[in-house]
Amino acid sequence: MNDALRDLYREVILDHSRRPRNFGAMDAANRQSDGFNPLCGDRLRLFLLVEDGAVRQASFVGDGCAISTASASLLTEAMHGRPEDEALQLVERFRSMVSGESEPDEEALGKLTVFAGVRDYPTRVKCATLAWHTLRAAIKRSQETVKTE
Amino acid sequence: MISAPAYDLEKVRADFPILSEEVRGQPIAYLDNAASSQKPRSVLDAVDHVYETGYANIHRGVHVLSERATEHYERSRRRMAKFIGAQSADEVIFLRGTTEGLNLVASSLGRYALREGDEVLLTGMEHHSNIVPWQMVAELTGAKVVAAPVTDRGELDMDAFAALVNDRTRIVSVVHVSNALGTVNPVDEIARLARERGAYLVLDGAQAAPHLTLDVQELGCDFYCLSGHKMYGPSGIGLLWGKKRLLEAIPPYQGGGEMIRTVSFERTTYAEPPAKFEAGTPNIAGPVGLAAAADYLEALGIPEVAGHEARVREYAESRLSEIPGLRVVGTAREKAAVVSFVVDGVHPHDLGTVLDQEGVAVRTGHHCTQPLMARFGVPATARASFGLYNTEAEVDRLAAGLRTALEVFRP
Repeated sequence: MNDALRDLYREVILDHSRRPRNFGAMDAANRQSDGFNPLCGDRLRLFLLVEDGAVRQASFVGDGCAISTASASLLTEAMHGRPEDEALQLVERFRSMVSGESEPDEEALGKLTVFAGVRDYPTRVKCATLAWHTLRAAIKRSQETVKTE
Repeated sequence: MISAPAYDLEKVRADFPILSEEVRGQPIAYLDNAASSQKPRSVLDAVDHVYETGYANIHRGVHVLSERATEHYERSRRRMAKFIGAQSADEVIFLRGTTEGLNLVASSLGRYALREGDEVLLTGMEHHSNIVPWQMVAELTGAKVVAAPVTDRGELDMDAFAALVNDRTRIVSVVHVSNALGTVNPVDEIARLARERGAYLVLDGAQAAPHLTLDVQELGCDFYCLSGHKMYGPSGIGLLWGKKRLLEAIPPYQGGGEMIRTVSFERTTYAEPPAKFEAGTPNIAGPVGLAAAADYLEALGIPEVAGHEARVREYAESRLSEIPGLRVVGTAREKAAVVSFVVDGVHPHDLGTVLDQEGVAVRTGHHCTQPLMARFGVPATARASFGLYNTEAEVDRLAAGLRTALEVFRP
């Protein structure tokens, strides 16, 4: 693997793509949203348990590439206990980082900065953001399937 | 015995300027020809020649440049009529490509032929551009769109197909060569079945044109569409061939200049085909490039090209079969130069990114054939598609890139 690939497929991303965390449907969920990337056929369903304005638990099911699977997996970890408005801010910070509009902000994004390498792969930005667009829809209670295009 | 001259691959490659482009320090291995092919110098020069020596708007101009441009354009029409075996150049309509051709046929033939309860028979391996236009006209006319199933090998299930052709079938529209799998469909048999029931036959020839010698009369179809950019011609130019009496009978597709005879607010009359279907200023230089591509292909010999591509494809299938966990999707007995595949535990999109790093261009995704992907139970495949300039060494780079991907993604 060359350096450019290693920047994209960081070890954390590979690990989460092979063993996604919080993978599975959630019976207790009170928010749910579907995401679809028509470009590559990736689909995911995100489940949230939201109480008192904060996400208590998050999980997902779906089928996708390493980037989109790892992104969904790390998203579910980042959501635990996160107030809804903060979660929405994180969506925007993440999107802005992977599309190259802002520098990776370690303080705000923590572990999620492993996705910074995606900015060098414009065709893969949508893979990284699919779960995040879906999260925004789930929080805003949108019923429609979210598309990345 | 005199043997046929060997296929001169080095000389062919030297005709394509882009093949000397380097990507990340290595020459590009372009294995995405089913999406679009690269252009030989002769095509590029032919297009330039129009702009440099004889460009103006065509038809109706009294000045010399308009006459020259019209001659370029109409000569290209005659050339392409010969390329596809049409009886007359008037049966050749220039348009943007296969998608526009299929939309034209669906809209005009559909409005002409379809009534409530009629059926349009497609197959499960159609490109979205041979599905959606029929759904649109079916909604307008009350007709029904039916799709014949595909077997596990990726061939058309001909027994099921034959059973689906019935008295309600008014139009049969089928892909000649599948873009996603490479399957070459038995169009002779399909034409016979359609003819028996008096159904019109439309063929999507986008993938056939660069690989097969075409004779639209022999094929027994009523309409045939192809795209220039997939047969080494420019993008944005393609053609629709239709039988003359049908082109006369069906209504126009777009209204505008060139397609009329007389216009008044009370009543407008239409021009004869092909002008009837060429509203507006067309792509003027495009047909000249397309004709140059036809010249190029025929000079090499389409059977020789197909023979070379078959050797490269078979080599690819054998190299790829050595890769653990790789499964080829689509193993039809009659196949053009496409190898579609999936690899256990690695998503096609990730394969594509790793291969790109190695300077190997393949396509990953659903290839605009979502129903076919659903049939095979995969969200997407990776697809290597070969052209007349591809080499076995490029296949070796593909195989090496796939092994790199396995190292990265397999735990």
